[in-house]
Amino acid sequence: METALIPPAKYFFLFIPTVIFSIVIPVIGVALFTYIIAIRSAPLIKAAPDNRFDNLPQRVRQLVKIWLLQWRQPRYRTAGILHILIFAGFLVLSIRSMSMVVIGVFPHFVPPGLDGAKGVVYNILKDYAATWVLVAVVLAAWRRAVVKPARYAVPPKYGKDHTWEALFVLGMIGALMISESLFEATLAAARLQQGQHAELLAPLSLAWIFKHILAGKSRAVLQGLHIASYYVHDLVFFSFLCFLPMGKHFHVITSFFNVFFMRTRRGNIKPVRYGVPDDKLDDLDSFGVKKLEDFTWKHMLDFYSCADCGRCSDNCPANAVGRPLSPRFISIKGRDLLFKNYPVYPYKAPFKVGQEVMGTIYEEDEIWSCTTCGACEQECPLGIEYIDKIVDLRRAMVDEGMVPQSLQKPLRALEKRGNPWGKLEKKRVEWTKELAEQAPVKILDGKQTADLLYFVDSISSYDDRMQEIARATARVLQATGADFGILGKAEKDSGHEVRRFGEEMLFQDLKEQNIAAIEKAGVSGIVTADPHAFNALKNDYQGLPPVRHISQYLAGLIRDGKLQFNPLQDGDKVYTYHDPCYLGRHNELYDDPRAVLDAIPGLKRVEMERCRDRSFCCGGGGLMLFYEPHEDERMGVIRVKMAAAAGADVIVTACPFCLVNVEDAIKVAGLEGKLEAIDLVELVAAQL
Amino acid sequence: MEILVCVKRVPDTAENEIEVKSDGTDIERDDLVYSVNEWDNYAVEEAIQIRDNVGGSVTVVTVGDDESEEVLRREMAMGADNGVLLSDSAFEGSDGRGVAAILKAQADAGNYDLILCGAQADDGAGQVGGMLAAMLDWPYASLVNHIEIVDDKKIKVGREIEGGNQELNEIELPCVLSIQTGINEPRYVGIRGIRKVASVEIPVKGASDLGLDPATVGEAGAKVKRLDYFVPELGEGAEILEGSMEEKIEKLIELLKAKGGLK
Repeated sequence: METALIPPAKYFFLFIPTVIFSIVIPVIGVALFTYIIAIRSAPLIKAAPDNRFDNLPQRVRQLVKIWLLQWRQPRYRTAGILHILIFAGFLVLSIRSMSMVVIGVFPHFVPPGLDGAKGVVYNILKDYAATWVLVAVVLAAWRRAVVKPARYAVPPKYGKDHTWEALFVLGMIGALMISESLFEATLAAARLQQGQHAELLAPLSLAWIFKHILAGKSRAVLQGLHIASYYVHDLVFFSFLCFLPMGKHFHVITSFFNVFFMRTRRGNIKPVRYGVPDDKLDDLDSFGVKKLEDFTWKHMLDFYSCADCGRCSDNCPANAVGRPLSPRFISIKGRDLLFKNYPVYPYKAPFKVGQEVMGTIYEEDEIWSCTTCGACEQECPLGIEYIDKIVDLRRAMVDEGMVPQSLQKPLRALEKRGNPWGKLEKKRVEWTKELAEQAPVKILDGKQTADLLYFVDSISSYDDRMQEIARATARVLQATGADFGILGKAEKDSGHEVRRFGEEMLFQDLKEQNIAAIEKAGVSGIVTADPHAFNALKNDYQGLPPVRHISQYLAGLIRDGKLQFNPLQDGDKVYTYHDPCYLGRHNELYDDPRAVLDAIPGLKRVEMERCRDRSFCCGGGGLMLFYEPHEDERMGVIRVKMAAAAGADVIVTACPFCLVNVEDAIKVAGLEGKLEAIDLVELVAAQL
Repeated sequence: MEILVCVKRVPDTAENEIEVKSDGTDIERDDLVYSVNEWDNYAVEEAIQIRDNVGGSVTVVTVGDDESEEVLRREMAMGADNGVLLSDSAFEGSDGRGVAAILKAQADAGNYDLILCGAQADDGAGQVGGMLAAMLDWPYASLVNHIEIVDDKKIKVGREIEGGNQELNEIELPCVLSIQTGINEPRYVGIRGIRKVASVEIPVKGASDLGLDPATVGEAGAKVKRLDYFVPELGEGAEILEGSMEEKIEKLIELLKAKGGLK
């Protein structure tokens, strides 16, 4: 068949057959790309082990939802929609891009399976894809260059702005879309001129528009544009491929793997070293991440995958109050060090292995600033993890003795007395004294037994105010007919924050003592009103009877119709529920506490703007109460202002640490008299 | 530089509720937890930092019973190279001078350039450091909050004096210094650190090993004897606020306002 234009495979430019370029460009491009990827893989091979081949069905589900369907993108509406358009366009155009490369040598190549009608449909789809990608790219560039959303800004201490890189890549994508469409349009225009059958170009697509513009141009112009657009596409395509692993656009390649290998469980903490059981921890030479290569390979892949979108830091409460932590830069600084120590061009600068990370790229205060609330991980569209990295960095600091004085005292007290205040073990049951007459609480020390164990944990046992939560819990359990008891002085702190602050061996000690005491108690279930204890027993401990938070226990009774509340007397007050991090994000208990509240007749409830999985941490629990951060404002103050803005008079929470932080914050914010705080179980106890 | 640090095992005031026995002989010790005296921890940290800068070794020593070994291990987990436990039934009931005499014997047995001790102990009288220096006839500086090593003959020491002012002295080696808290930030010792040194042999020396006459130390040699332990009588003008935390705070604010301390 006579072709309307000479294809790149058969064209001669100054007596040189251009097919040479069609072969040389891809060969060099692929070789360079392979080489770069090999260099990028080098640190991953030296990294700590990580077990990411478990829970495969769950991994596939997450891959489909978070990677393919871009589930988390629309949480930021505009950027999310633009990203979905570009991502979907890339998926569609990936076939076309590869077939374009082959066409340079074999002009009649058709990708397998795309002949006939399917090919026509695909061609229309890819014409539209190229068009919407170009539109999205222009809008994205406008956002980057003109709108400049605050979350993209780079504070001076973290280095230079990344805008040029974003714009450069957007420019490359634009060039790919335009050149591909031009290549298509020139041929269509030439065929039309010569009265040949022209393939249908999708109406109003980029190629269709170009075809109309070029309709009157001479064959020579069309021929020149046809060849030029092909090689521009070829060159930009392989340049793009090789540029991706040089910066934040590496995620285009790594996101598939990063999402596949992302966290499948919630609320848990990685072991000190994968493959080393708890009873062999003493044999390890070192704990945590001290050197760059102490990160696991998945955590390095996280660094590579960060797209610098700033969603983590935008949701980070520590960042919001001006603490020296921005999760985004945990990743960026890690990535920059990987790039620096494993250079793509290692001539005269061989790989630098074993560089310390603390004091070089990370600061002690930065790492202690995290409350492990999980907002960053919840938001990340790429499945990047932060909590395990923070904990691993803390483990290293604990191992080296680098622990702030403010934390050393409570840690020593936990070691000696099993609670962070160093209070006497026998006083752990003092909160029950007030109940002794009307409703004595059993102590499950082997002499007495019960079905249910109420695990109180330290703050509700010892803190004057939080003892109210313990008493309310006991009253509620009694009123609902539960046969329950407590461990008494045999109970130790659950160690939830001990573990998250990096003192793994102390945590193991506390855990073993608690497990032994719980086994001795011989119960068939555990209930607690402290989400930190709940998370520890559920996700950090093994081999215990089922653990429930009191809100689950109550919601279950309500569902079964076994629990009714008296109507509220303070009819005018508006309530709002603050999701504790370790009940909500880490254990996905959003509905049960709300169901309990909604079962109280006459209770008016509003939601804060940041609720459920976007709840804003009120300041952290456990050892975080002792830490003295550098901050401009308290997290709790921001949180209570959010409640006031939502029109609430009462903040209901379901965690003693939240109550400490929120009650303090109400005073600091000057909202006393306007806003009050109460624990869910206290509220319930008053309505029985 | 060879450094000897004298440490003591004391009931931890932060983690105990100290109550005096009704007969006035001692405090209630049934529910007590012990730890290394806080000031001594700063002294050990300072010694480790000096060693890390100029070389040498750090030896921690204590006078006590078998259980005192735990504080030596804790300090060795911090980074001290050696530990020595000075223990003998003849040492029991020593007064400050007795303890200093026992420590002097250990100092004589080694070749130390510098001896550090805490400025005082939670349960002590702040006297051992000075007595030890006098017995050794070495120069002494108390309440030291800054140390600068000049050379192997002399060092500079800073002391905080009245009104928050600072004084800087040059002092010849060997010398004895008593260390004030705040001179540094003692490093954390985790359970893992303690386990690492759990099997290290710690030598125990008695009176005969140290060449001490049992009659000069312990109860036999003590010239200061404790007569009584008691809670002082409530004096004039003292008032203990009663009630819950909130009530106490409210009363305190009222009192402060009434006396013009709060406006």
